[in-house]
Amino acid sequence: MTRPKWYRLAAIAFLLLASLGRAFAIDGETAKQLGAEDGDAKLAAIQRLVGAADPAAIPLLKALQDDALVLVKGRLVIIDGDKAKDALSGASVDAPADQREAITVNNRIRAALDGAIASLKLVSPDRAERVAAARAVAGDPSDEMLPLIKTALSKETDDEVKRWLNQARALVEIKNSDPALRRAAAKLLGVGDIPQAKQILGKLLEKNPAGSFIEADAGVRDEASNALRAIERRALMPQIVATLFSGLSLGSVLLLAALGLAITFGLMGIINMAHGEMLMLGAYTTYVAQSLFRAYLPGWLDWYIVAAVPMAFAVAALVGIALERLVIRFLYGRPLETLLTTWGISLMLTQSVRSLFGAQNVEVANPSWMSGGFNLGADVVLPYNRVVIIFFAAFVVFLVWLFLSRTRLGLYVRAVTQNRTMADCMGIPTPRVDWMTFGLGSGIAGLGGVALSQIGNVGPDLGQSYIVDSFMVVVLGGVGQLAGTIIAAVGLGEINKFLEPFTGAVLGKIFVLIIIILFIQKRPQGLFALKGRMAES
Amino acid sequence: MDAPAMPDNSFYSRQAWLILGLFAAVVLFVIPALRLALPPDNPLHLSDYYLLMLGKFMCYAIVALAMDLIWGYAGILSLGHGLFFALGGYSMGMYLMREIGAEGQYRSLMPDFMVFLDWKEFPWYWAGTEYFSLALLKILLVPSLLALIFGWFAFRSRIKGVYFSIITQALTFAFMLLFFRNDTGFGGNNGFTDFKRILGFSLAHPGTRVALFAITGLALILTLLLCRYVVLSKFGRVLAALRDAESRTMFSGYNTRDYKLFAWTLSALLCGIAGALYVPQVGIINPSEMSPANSIEIAIWVAVGGRGTLAGAILGAAIVNGAKSYFTVAWPEFWLYFLGALFVVVTLYLPNGVMGLARRRER
Repeated sequence: MTRPKWYRLAAIAFLLLASLGRAFAIDGETAKQLGAEDGDAKLAAIQRLVGAADPAAIPLLKALQDDALVLVKGRLVIIDGDKAKDALSGASVDAPADQREAITVNNRIRAALDGAIASLKLVSPDRAERVAAARAVAGDPSDEMLPLIKTALSKETDDEVKRWLNQARALVEIKNSDPALRRAAAKLLGVGDIPQAKQILGKLLEKNPAGSFIEADAGVRDEASNALRAIERRALMPQIVATLFSGLSLGSVLLLAALGLAITFGLMGIINMAHGEMLMLGAYTTYVAQSLFRAYLPGWLDWYIVAAVPMAFAVAALVGIALERLVIRFLYGRPLETLLTTWGISLMLTQSVRSLFGAQNVEVANPSWMSGGFNLGADVVLPYNRVVIIFFAAFVVFLVWLFLSRTRLGLYVRAVTQNRTMADCMGIPTPRVDWMTFGLGSGIAGLGGVALSQIGNVGPDLGQSYIVDSFMVVVLGGVGQLAGTIIAAVGLGEINKFLEPFTGAVLGKIFVLIIIILFIQKRPQGLFALKGRMAES
Repeated sequence: MDAPAMPDNSFYSRQAWLILGLFAAVVLFVIPALRLALPPDNPLHLSDYYLLMLGKFMCYAIVALAMDLIWGYAGILSLGHGLFFALGGYSMGMYLMREIGAEGQYRSLMPDFMVFLDWKEFPWYWAGTEYFSLALLKILLVPSLLALIFGWFAFRSRIKGVYFSIITQALTFAFMLLFFRNDTGFGGNNGFTDFKRILGFSLAHPGTRVALFAITGLALILTLLLCRYVVLSKFGRVLAALRDAESRTMFSGYNTRDYKLFAWTLSALLCGIAGALYVPQVGIINPSEMSPANSIEIAIWVAVGGRGTLAGAILGAAIVNGAKSYFTVAWPEFWLYFLGALFVVVTLYLPNGVMGLARRRER
């Protein structure tokens, strides 16, 4: 960062004057010098104003910075629109335009003004301003600012401002040659939440290539390691929450992707390799909805997602029904062939979308109410879009549960899942149940596509990247039971995210796969097998 | 499941021997002669491009045979055979990387990608890769050992049907991710390439290319003979039995797990050999060979040719890959439509593939 030199000089001037303990009010003499022709005289005046540490000087300096300060017959006047007032007394004065004499502010003075205003804000009467100023100082304090920080600290009564100022002070003093000061600084850093504190403290504990510690004083090292532990202890909870959250988020995405697959697989015993493409179709429908809103309802653009949900469901469901009616029903009892056929269809769907929308990813933007996130502290932010997706997944699961347990068709679906032949004998129209369920499963994947479009890239290959993961969920969860799918999806999401810090994303995935393979040694039917005489399919 | 026709006497018919003999003569004598003996301006001269293409097809045909063995005869659909192919290829590739010597871009004895990663010495699993004999051993052992371990777990817990297919797909997917990482030590997504020589012979030399081609042809013929021997043996009959009625076979006293495991491992072994022959000819191996899409394509070769016929597998590999070579040059955007349609049409209307068509006509 290139900080103007004058900023620092102003700060030094401030400390010099402040250390003399001379308290200036805005006296006429100093103020008058601001209007002097001589640049050095102006600088001196600015420095004296800072030295007085009187926030009342802020408006004056700001006016000078904004070229709103003029001389009218030797008096300093602040111009504010049509009004004019005396810079010292604040009284309204008459300042005809032809009598105004501009005060020249060159770059040197402008830089000094920046520093002066920033420093004076540390003693501003407005608490919010002081907090902001103290935070800014704590972000990157320089050695020259230390005395300034100390003065502000001695006057400060507010805890939050004090905390930031203390951190700023510690960041400077940790580099001091006096070990006692360094010890105190390390201790201070341990109670704060400055992002760079961890790195600075960590460095104190390192050894240089010669084998000796970079920090010579053992007391400072002890204090630093204590402080480091304290920081890590405090960051632990938010980090665990963050990991849990991202696991849950991944889990809900997996759930949306795998739910439809689990239903159709449970019902018909077939694997729909084109299921991932239903996700992709849902995501592209979201893109189309967004484009339509942009073109015809720009005022409602934030709510395109609400329209996209039913649209995506309908598109994916229709494609799914067409797929079942035209192809899959002819492949009954030949699951391996169905797998290959649906793979072929997935290739064709991918290529169609590629021809229609281009091979590049399309841009789907979050509605404004879905951007941003909750801040948990310690740099942990829960993005709103992921929060919304978790709730959306829960909502979809609830609807599916309602459907399966409270509707006639749902009853049929459960019956056919348990025993197709027997259900047929009891008069359940199994072909109709098949295509309707297939449509439902595909529609749910379409909904998953809407969710995916909000957190990732939307491209023709979107489906392929999720298909293996969704299969793993189905294999792990077992078929025919919602609970199995939910637990498998969320469990896989959490395991993935908790492994990631230790193993990296790729090795984590491989571990998960090994876990799954070992798991189905114990329970080949998945977590929740349907009870009954199903030993041999 | 429609049972594909059982192997019949046509395997040892005079006609079959004739075709096989003809094929051997073409691959071992005619094509090498066309490439080496004829001057380049002769219209019958075979360019390197076509020699490479035919060589690739023969490698694919070996994979297809391996797939037919496991899918056509044992009813196990693997969606991860590309992994075994790639592992064989990587085993060979490691040796070929060492053969480059210090002729890489960085003039170092280390492969370029290791220099790039600033590695100072070979990781332990690169030990001994400079010996061709060890490379051969690895080509045979790595894919088959992995298949043995994986298969032992899978068949022990009686995972079958689509479950097995999905798990194999996940397996190859996981390996693809692993090999894509630079830190894994196999060149990341660039894989191995820029090979210079094999056993001291320059890979750019026509003689080396023809020799590799002829060896591939020989391997294909031997694979076919081996597969034919296996499926016609008592072992093959049991495989077919467990394909059609696994429980019944089990209750008749056969340990189906061991039968499946043997066929599965043999199949992986053949894939590994095909991969090892493929890499020096094509000159590159990278993790995209392990992508699930590649493995599933192998299944369609066999389906197009006709499952459970062996000859059909070779035919299917040639047809689909011939079409691919043609389409990706002529109409690249239509290739996926064509391939997708092939998957649909073959499974819906040609359950016994091209061989089934031919047989129907005979009747």
